[in-house]
Amino acid sequence: MLNQTKPLRQLVILSGKGGTGKTSVAAGLMHLSALSTNPGVFADADVDAANLALVTEAVPLETHAYWGSQSAEINTKLCDRCDLCFQICRFNAIHKPENLQQNYNVIDLLCEGCAACAYMCPQSAIDMSKQQDGEWFHSRTPYGHLFHAELFPGAENTGKLVTTVKQFAKLFAEDHNLGLMIIDGPPGIGCPVISASGGADLALLVAEPGVSGLHDLERIIQTLDHFNVPRVVCINKADIYPTGTADIAELTESLGLATVGMIPYDPSISESIIHGQPITKFCPQSPSALAIKDIWSKLEGILFTQDSK
Amino acid sequence: MKIAIASGKGGTGKTMIATSLAASLAPNYKVHLVDCDVEAPNTHLFLKPEVFLSSSAVVNIPQIDPDICNLCGVCVEVCQFHALAMIAEQILVFSQLCHGCGGCTLACPMKAISEFPQEVGKLNQGKAEACIKNDFGVMTISEAMPTPIIYQLKALESEPSDVTLLDAPPGASCAVVATIYDVDYVLLVTESTPFGLHDLEKALGIVSKTGSPAGIIINRDGIGDGQVEAYLAQTPYPILMKIPYHVKIAEGLGSGKLLVDIFPSLRVDFLNLFKQISEAIPTCKGEPC
Repeated sequence: MLNQTKPLRQLVILSGKGGTGKTSVAAGLMHLSALSTNPGVFADADVDAANLALVTEAVPLETHAYWGSQSAEINTKLCDRCDLCFQICRFNAIHKPENLQQNYNVIDLLCEGCAACAYMCPQSAIDMSKQQDGEWFHSRTPYGHLFHAELFPGAENTGKLVTTVKQFAKLFAEDHNLGLMIIDGPPGIGCPVISASGGADLALLVAEPGVSGLHDLERIIQTLDHFNVPRVVCINKADIYPTGTADIAELTESLGLATVGMIPYDPSISESIIHGQPITKFCPQSPSALAIKDIWSKLEGILFTQDSK
Repeated sequence: MKIAIASGKGGTGKTMIATSLAASLAPNYKVHLVDCDVEAPNTHLFLKPEVFLSSSAVVNIPQIDPDICNLCGVCVEVCQFHALAMIAEQILVFSQLCHGCGGCTLACPMKAISEFPQEVGKLNQGKAEACIKNDFGVMTISEAMPTPIIYQLKALESEPSDVTLLDAPPGASCAVVATIYDVDYVLLVTESTPFGLHDLEKALGIVSKTGSPAGIIINRDGIGDGQVEAYLAQTPYPILMKIPYHVKIAEGLGSGKLLVDIFPSLRVDFLNLFKQISEAIPTCKGEPC
């Protein structure tokens, strides 16, 4: 049986700048992949602003607690107010009381979980307690199974939660012999982006014309360059600012990156979000849906043609 | 007074609001705009400041003196981030995992650990038109952690200002906390779609923990549904301003123009917005403080 296992192709959708349309594109690709000969499993790696489940009619099958970080706790009975914890904490997470009636305590939001205070406290008055940082879900959608998460507001360890979500999606793909994993990535270029891109065969960058879009596109390209992730670009809202679209085309050309599509500004995308469906399903003949179909067929070509090796 | 501009969802218009609020206040107040979205900073693309000083944001990374180290392994045990490992009778440092907490340095019984600053980003300080001080951090490519850069950016010595505006990163994780935990007011920019609502709720989850007053701006008003307004009606957070969707705005922002230069009459609305914010800050009594 083993030799029949399909190799898993991982496609991650990124942008640098937020709000360029990653999730709308991801939902469209989910829908189209389900209709194709390359059905997949899906992961939402934007764990602190997870939206893919909202447009893919997701029905949760499993919910799991995510225990990511830890936080210091001061036992006020043991604390002798020596002030050492306040002096060594580099994250300003120890609240120093203003008078003797108040106690030293830890500001949870600022505690990095480094445990330096716990190790150094001469009274052993500080303990580290595990923190639940969020939940992750396994859901069923009409387009395949979706793994996603909700980080609790303000929590840390987004990268680890992204890795968790991806790991379970990957295991599901292996169990069900699926050859494709589509990962809806987070904005920015930091820890969750690095986790979302790890192991990716291809990144689809959703660019937006304009000075901000161009600047942030360059930053994500440099980041993927560093981690050796191949990438292609599509331009969303390509018709709202033609000069900006030309600037992106010039950049991608100079870097030798393929542009796999231009998606025009299309109010029916907002409509599809309100209706909770991928644009390609909600309004298959809309200009944006047609553009995403074109992108999918190009991505299929890139992801699956050199499979035979 | 310190006002943070945050959103939850990306691309809702934080930078548009921050830069136009800065430009509207600049004739009357000393304004300092700090761009805390160090992964994808954009305010400088609109304010076009002249950068007069660029310094390093650093994380203090341990280095172990092999002549003093007796391989006791305490540092490896203390490090909660797996940035230290003992391999082949040697302590290895994985600097990108290091949070710079200093726990290992303090715990080493041999005092074999010293620290050296490793650059993780740049802290740029600039002056823009109308004397707006515009600082922006830029995280080094391939670095993972924005928070040390945000803290160091906020701590830069600066001449006193009447109003400090902090442009926050998107999302609702630790980088947003680092930006907004000590501000007097949080201005949240959203759009009236299920995405905007979902992510706004997350951002308000942080605000409710930090306890600062907050208000909402609805951008691209007219697209979407009424869910955000229905949700906000159940909360203490007021809607302070609505900005309609207009193709001229999309074009203008694309070319690096300020919203208040695209529609100059909005300057009045921004001054009014500022008045509402000032009145909502208990210690301000309607004036910058």
